Amino acid sequence: MNLSRRKFLILLPAAALAWESIKAGTPEAAPNYNVSQHWWAMLVDIEKCIGCGSCVRACQKENDVPDGYYRTWIERYRISEVDGVENIQVDSPDGGKNGFKPSNEQGLKEFFVPKMCNHCADSPCTQVCPVGATFASPDGVVLIDQKYCLGCRYCVQACPYGCRFIHPETNTAQKCTLCYHRITQGLTTACCEVCPTAARQLADLKNPKDPIHEYLRTHSVQVLKPHLATGAKLYYNGLDGAVR
Amino acid sequence: MKFKDAEHLLRMAFLFVAGLIVFVLLRNALVPRSFGQYGHYRGDALGEIKARPVAYAGHGTCETCHSDVLEVKDKGKHTHVACESCHGPLAKHADDPTAVQPEKLDTRVLCVRCHEANSAKPKSFPQVVSADHSAGLACNECHKPHTPVIEAEAKATGGKKK
Repeated sequence: MNLSRRKFLILLPAAALAWESIKAGTPEAAPNYNVSQHWWAMLVDIEKCIGCGSCVRACQKENDVPDGYYRTWIERYRISEVDGVENIQVDSPDGGKNGFKPSNEQGLKEFFVPKMCNHCADSPCTQVCPVGATFASPDGVVLIDQKYCLGCRYCVQACPYGCRFIHPETNTAQKCTLCYHRITQGLTTACCEVCPTAARQLADLKNPKDPIHEYLRTHSVQVLKPHLATGAKLYYNGLDGAVR
Repeated sequence: MKFKDAEHLLRMAFLFVAGLIVFVLLRNALVPRSFGQYGHYRGDALGEIKARPVAYAGHGTCETCHSDVLEVKDKGKHTHVACESCHGPLAKHADDPTAVQPEKLDTRVLCVRCHEANSAKPKSFPQVVSADHSAGLACNECHKPHTPVIEAEAKATGGKKK
């Protein structure tokens, strides 16, 4: 091939661009979504949760979660107090999927706590993965690469909130994806969509117009296990100290 | 003094370089192109997770066709309850409205999911003991689910029931 130095130099940037596009892989499904402009979180208002289980059912349908496994679930706390000693009972029949039977005991402190992945900014689960299969995405969602996961269960043990499980068929770790396929299209998550009392709300902390900022400023909002410094982004309003 | 047997060293160097070349080639072939694009993971995984089809279309989609229901709903207390909260996931219906129809709902099952009395529910949330409340009648005999307040009562109180 007879290629002059001049032509070679002209071709060089074009070749570099081509190489970059090969390296970048296939274009993403949502072309208008920019990962660097979002930082996802969720707000749960315990004072609004009625324990109806809509979120659990919706999550299972949206994400094909197998029976007996939960990406989100509801716990009912029943706390009695005798002589200053708290007795805490927690139940979650079928993850709260079909609601809760009324209790006959009187005089208890009772409330529901919806739980799911906290999408921690400094998550313990992603740090222990030996193959780089689980990671926090640039927009703050902790995800699992189903093609890379070996199913070694390190992350299941590392999660302090018990949010991960091994899928019985694929034998890979699975968990809440914060409905990543929905939020990147401008929809809210399935659980937030169906919540009849708006006890759960998706929030984008990088969006200055998101009502979450006003809410966090004016309410006493807490995360689970703050002493672990996981950078949890599942914010609870009205969280009782008994909740673990 | 001249170093004898330099061949040994050359052989070792050759093996080392050959090993290095094999390593680099193998690594290039085995590590996915998008690995490291955003961090220590496969960048393409984001696109793959995004590509999942949605099951719940979202109330915005429902409202594009069912604006009449939206008007009715806006008058009552269920205005903030999304359509698919009761009607179930209907993205397929939104894609092909004639072929996929939503199921008929049984209000006796549906309403009690939220409104059955339970001491753990917030006190401000309207609750009934369904067995005492309706004597076996379906809820929609009296309450219209989209505007659940009973009409005679609504006229008396002039709109929304507190």
